[in-house]
Amino acid sequence: MKALRIPVVELPKETEALRNEIRAFIKEELESGSIAPSCDSWLCGFSPELSKKIGEKGWIGMTWPAEYGGKERTSIERYVVTEELLAAGAPVAAHWIADRQSGPLFLKFGTEKQKHFFLPKIARGECYFSIGLSEPNAGSDLAAIKTKAEKVEGGWLLNGSKIWTSGAHLAHYMITLCRTSPQDINNRHAGMSQLVVDLSAPGVTIRPIHLMTGEHHFNEVFFEDVFIPDNMVVGKIGNGWAQGMTELAYERSGPERILSTYPLLNELTNTLIENKDEKGLNEVSKVVTRLWTLRNMSLGIAKLLEEGIPSSLIASLVKDLGTQFEQRMAEITRLLVSAIPSINSESKLEKLMAQAMLQSPGFTLRGGTTEILRGIVAKGVVKA
Amino acid sequence: MSEMQEMIMESTEKILKEYSKKEIVNEAENGIWAKELWDNLEAYGMLKVAVPEELMGNGGDQYDAFSILYLIGKYSAPIPLAENYIVNKLLMDLGESVQDEFITISATEHKNLFQIREKDDGWIVSGKAKYVPWARFAQKILVLGETEEDTKLALLPLDNAKIKEGKNLAGEARDEVFFDNVYVEEIKTKSVDIEEQVEKILYTGGLTRSVMMVGALENLLALTKEHISERSQFGRPLYRFQAVQQHMAQLAGEFAATNVAVKNAISSYEKNPVSKEIAFAKLRVNEAIEKVNPIAHQILAAIGFTFEHTLHHSTRRLWSWREEFGKESDWEQIIAKDLMNLNQNELWSLITNVENSSQKVDVK
Repeated sequence: MKALRIPVVELPKETEALRNEIRAFIKEELESGSIAPSCDSWLCGFSPELSKKIGEKGWIGMTWPAEYGGKERTSIERYVVTEELLAAGAPVAAHWIADRQSGPLFLKFGTEKQKHFFLPKIARGECYFSIGLSEPNAGSDLAAIKTKAEKVEGGWLLNGSKIWTSGAHLAHYMITLCRTSPQDINNRHAGMSQLVVDLSAPGVTIRPIHLMTGEHHFNEVFFEDVFIPDNMVVGKIGNGWAQGMTELAYERSGPERILSTYPLLNELTNTLIENKDEKGLNEVSKVVTRLWTLRNMSLGIAKLLEEGIPSSLIASLVKDLGTQFEQRMAEITRLLVSAIPSINSESKLEKLMAQAMLQSPGFTLRGGTTEILRGIVAKGVVKA
Repeated sequence: MSEMQEMIMESTEKILKEYSKKEIVNEAENGIWAKELWDNLEAYGMLKVAVPEELMGNGGDQYDAFSILYLIGKYSAPIPLAENYIVNKLLMDLGESVQDEFITISATEHKNLFQIREKDDGWIVSGKAKYVPWARFAQKILVLGETEEDTKLALLPLDNAKIKEGKNLAGEARDEVFFDNVYVEEIKTKSVDIEEQVEKILYTGGLTRSVMMVGALENLLALTKEHISERSQFGRPLYRFQAVQQHMAQLAGEFAATNVAVKNAISSYEKNPVSKEIAFAKLRVNEAIEKVNPIAHQILAAIGFTFEHTLHHSTRRLWSWREEFGKESDWEQIIAKDLMNLNQNELWSLITNVENSSQKVDVK
């Protein structure tokens, strides 16, 4: 079962200094009251102010070439930065998608012009992206998308809609997967392309879809004859599916798939230590053990990705295990403390419990549902 | 893996394929010693891997030893190679040469010390060791004991000990050894710190079991994969059913998780034989069993529940080995003690292994 073996990563000593630099930065932000730790902060915590500060530090697009505003650091260093920010529950949602996948997509498939135009702005923490994949009739079955672009003079005319688009009302651009040729039933993945949509362009309508908490993160985005100039096509026309899939391994095995509820685990541990609750800490030791294991899996895959070794099977597997873990955190906590989750409680613990509980359904849906992931893993194992 | 390591793996696997076949594993349950298997491993120098030559070992490092144990688990090899390695490690760390005889050691806790009293030219020994792998075939047992002067690690000859035969859930020999005022002429002893030794036995033993368990898990996964690929129902192979896929993916997940946990623990071992990584690994592997065994048996259904099939070689071992050298509750308590000593917001430092420099300033 070679396909399931994940290598051991020993983080270089140099990363410790970087780690402490980030910790000092966060401490300062926490103490000045500009941020407060929250669960699921990479999706819900939208703070352009913090994103700009992180950009100034050189921690966005940090692996990219200097000519595009990057810092040419290693992907392991980027891993350290992202996990430190997540563990602190810092609001990093504004730049998250652009840093994680839109930027790397431009680097891999974009034109020189696109790279020079988008990447430095992203790296400064000033330019935010949304993901344009799901549609009302294409969720897990993404190849069923209907949004289409037709060739016109100098560009494309986009019509259709995207749904469940996190942060579209706050982002500047969306990388939109659409059909540029009619659906071919014999090759369902053919004829798709990726276009950059300026979300302020005429013909774009963004309508909020409120979460069950009443919060506004999701949107439905409508395109009515939106003109996309030729220079806003990413990569090759017709190659959209393959391009989009290369992003997924990064998306699925990153630290955000295991740490969304870490601020709650931290607070729970603080509370149990304060109460000298040995029994409670016995339970927490199981949770910590799982987290330690997941982190080693996620780190190992980061190393494989850096070496260019295909890892979509284990990346799917880590997302499955990681999001189940995130989801259980609130359930575990409520049985160990006498706190009652409440979103406007003055107790930090009760507030984090509420966030972890109310956000939890999303963990195992976004970026590929549990069922889809397990299908990928099982088929991969049978073929391996 | 170096070329040398690949060679060790290859020859070990060859020996196991030949001498740890289904019939031999089954026979061992009836108390038959897998002599050819043991003798062949000995002939190839596998019993003294990871011990330097000056201590009568065959060289190599701990990674080699644990890689061999992984295969022992994968092939359900009914021999006490892990116990042999634990004893070697304890002797080696005390600067002692490793022995040619087969020495065993109990797979449970070691807190009840043997009483060793000088008498004439020899010793009088009293004590009891429970759950001792293959004691009935061993020449000696390694125990922790006390004399009138101090605490000792002792190698006791088993010739005059009473042995009550027993077995674990997998039918592997797990005997009780009694010394009831037994006169022993010659004992090899070494003064030791008991707490340190108890801990080292638990951690080293725990790591051997973790590694063997992941090996057994690989076999379980392979058998399950084979079954769902080959067997058809309702006109299609089992792996085409989504319900089966969901099961299979969970097995794969547990294998990948335990595999990486154990590999991280092994790489910590050479630097620190009582590392927290070992505690994490044994706890994580133990916890996997409650999930994987039922899934494997569910997928293989009635045939997998028979003696005829070999699935039980792995599943019964997994049920047995999770009890040995620390069950979940034991390791939880060990980890919880570390947690209790943390300052506020320091959990992340423990997970990342990087102390929080700015926090330390605060404490002052």
